[in-house]
Amino acid sequence: MEKGKRKPKFMVWLKRDWRLYAMLAIPFVWYLIFCYKPMTGVIIAFQKYSIFKGITGSKFVGFENFKFVFGMRDFGVSLVNTLWLNFLDLIFGFPMPIILAIMLNEMRTPRLKKFSQTMLYLPHFLSWVIIGGMVLKIFAPTSGVINASLLQFGLVDKNVPFLTDGHWWRFTYVLVGVWQNMGWGTIIYLAAITGLDLNLFEAAQIDGANKMQQIWHVTLPGIRSTIVVLLIMNIGRMMSIGFDRPYIIGNTIVKDYCDVISTFVYRVGITNSKFDRATAVGLFQSVIGLVLISVANAVSRLFDEQGIW
Amino acid sequence: MTAKAPAADLMEKKKKPLGAGQIILIVSMLLFVLICTLPFINVLAISLSSKSAILRGAVSFWPVEYTPRAYEVIVQDPSMFRSLFFTVKITVIYTVLAMILTILYAFPLTMKRLKGRRFFMLFIVFTMYFSGGTIPIYLNVKELGLINNQWSLILPGLISTFNIIILKNFYQGIPYELNEAAYIDGATDFQILWRIYLPLSFSSMATLSLFYAVGKWNSFSDALYYITSRDLQPLQLKLYNLIKGGQSVEVAVMEGNANDLASSISQSIESATIIFATVPILVVYPFVQRYFVQGVTLGAVKG
Repeated sequence: MEKGKRKPKFMVWLKRDWRLYAMLAIPFVWYLIFCYKPMTGVIIAFQKYSIFKGITGSKFVGFENFKFVFGMRDFGVSLVNTLWLNFLDLIFGFPMPIILAIMLNEMRTPRLKKFSQTMLYLPHFLSWVIIGGMVLKIFAPTSGVINASLLQFGLVDKNVPFLTDGHWWRFTYVLVGVWQNMGWGTIIYLAAITGLDLNLFEAAQIDGANKMQQIWHVTLPGIRSTIVVLLIMNIGRMMSIGFDRPYIIGNTIVKDYCDVISTFVYRVGITNSKFDRATAVGLFQSVIGLVLISVANAVSRLFDEQGIW
Repeated sequence: MTAKAPAADLMEKKKKPLGAGQIILIVSMLLFVLICTLPFINVLAISLSSKSAILRGAVSFWPVEYTPRAYEVIVQDPSMFRSLFFTVKITVIYTVLAMILTILYAFPLTMKRLKGRRFFMLFIVFTMYFSGGTIPIYLNVKELGLINNQWSLILPGLISTFNIIILKNFYQGIPYELNEAAYIDGATDFQILWRIYLPLSFSSMATLSLFYAVGKWNSFSDALYYITSRDLQPLQLKLYNLIKGGQSVEVAVMEGNANDLASSISQSIESATIIFATVPILVVYPFVQRYFVQGVTLGAVKG
């Protein structure tokens, strides 16, 4: 921008476009109050924060809060659990939508395909409270349908502790996540497959490729860039974890397995009112997450360009 | 409506025989469909079964010793309906306000002549990468005096930056010449928005409204953080408290501190409440599903 003429020009723009600026103003103020103001609130991570003295009056203590929380056993546990659960989600949750999308794409019965899609998308629209409620019923010992059937068919001789044993709990957590997301995740891949050049399939067919070979040599390479970009973005989000799912499915018996950063922050900050320490944990998570996502974005842009080329 | 689909498909089969590959594909796909639906059917069956049947683990996908008692209990509980109406009210207010603000921000950003466009864009994109975090947001709500106030469920998460970007991209797909022609004819920006952009973007606005509405309907953590008053409990929080209460009874049963009867009573009522909270979603879902799919592809292709 030319600095010398700035001010008078600004007045011209304002006069011409004041309506547009007026429109922007309302959401702009919302962003200031509900996004940017809380950002300044991260300062309390470096303070001995007192709710009565506020941000301006509380004492500055440097990295005291960080040192304290890094020394907490539960912090280490929740950090490891966050990474562990996200990793399991990625390993088991990531391939499912790709497989389903390819299956849906191969279906030659349009109405049945539509019906399947409708049913597969459904779990995505339910809240974690509802899903969690169902999980507690279905995986319950003795009365739950899964344990009851396993016992009835003699596959196990006592209840499987799906919700009360740490390792089983992880299994249940991941299973439910895959269940909720497998259908919805197909949309993006289906869109990518629809964009593929039909001539490629025809050419493969003429060359004598069967269905499996077509999928392997045409469909999958065609959506490769989509897969890679989504994979990288998912890895970029390794540090962040939703609150609802682990909090609702979790319980006190398996707390060393279900406690993650978001639930830890809630417990320390909101339940126990240790605002400064919880903010320190949140800030730590945000900063690491920011770095990861920035790297992921840069890498995925690289791949994206390759895909186009 | 959807139940007809398999039958209709059988008709097609007669016309043109499907290969073995297609049959295998259909069977495995139906298996996935079952996996997605059976949990609902199980919970529905539990909600309609008698205590002793639930306790024996006899209920799978059909009610055993049918009884509608759990639903009678829910229907007679006025707090349940209060909570339902409260959730509807919050969802409606939230969706309307969120859409207004989203449109007000997305529209000016599509105007090429607007100075500072880049700044206004960066201003919102930054918030997608960095946020104050749970606690500073909580303290902000507290400082604004919104704890135990219905506005704490509406204001803090009102705008989704992602939705602004989706809408902006859609607006940019509308021919700019329309805009310029109207401008030359003396239309103000308000008129251009009202007469040209809004009518032309009906389906994407429907999509975004649904994104907002379902997000709010399903939101739970904001109510957990900001609401302690019983009168202001949205449905999700109420359901959560019920389920957790039930779970603690079950844990007590496991540890031998309570009798199984208490557990089984709560089981059917919890299940009925889960169904009660799911039905509104199930009712609107078939009609709105395609808008959601559109929204995802809009965001994926251009966002």
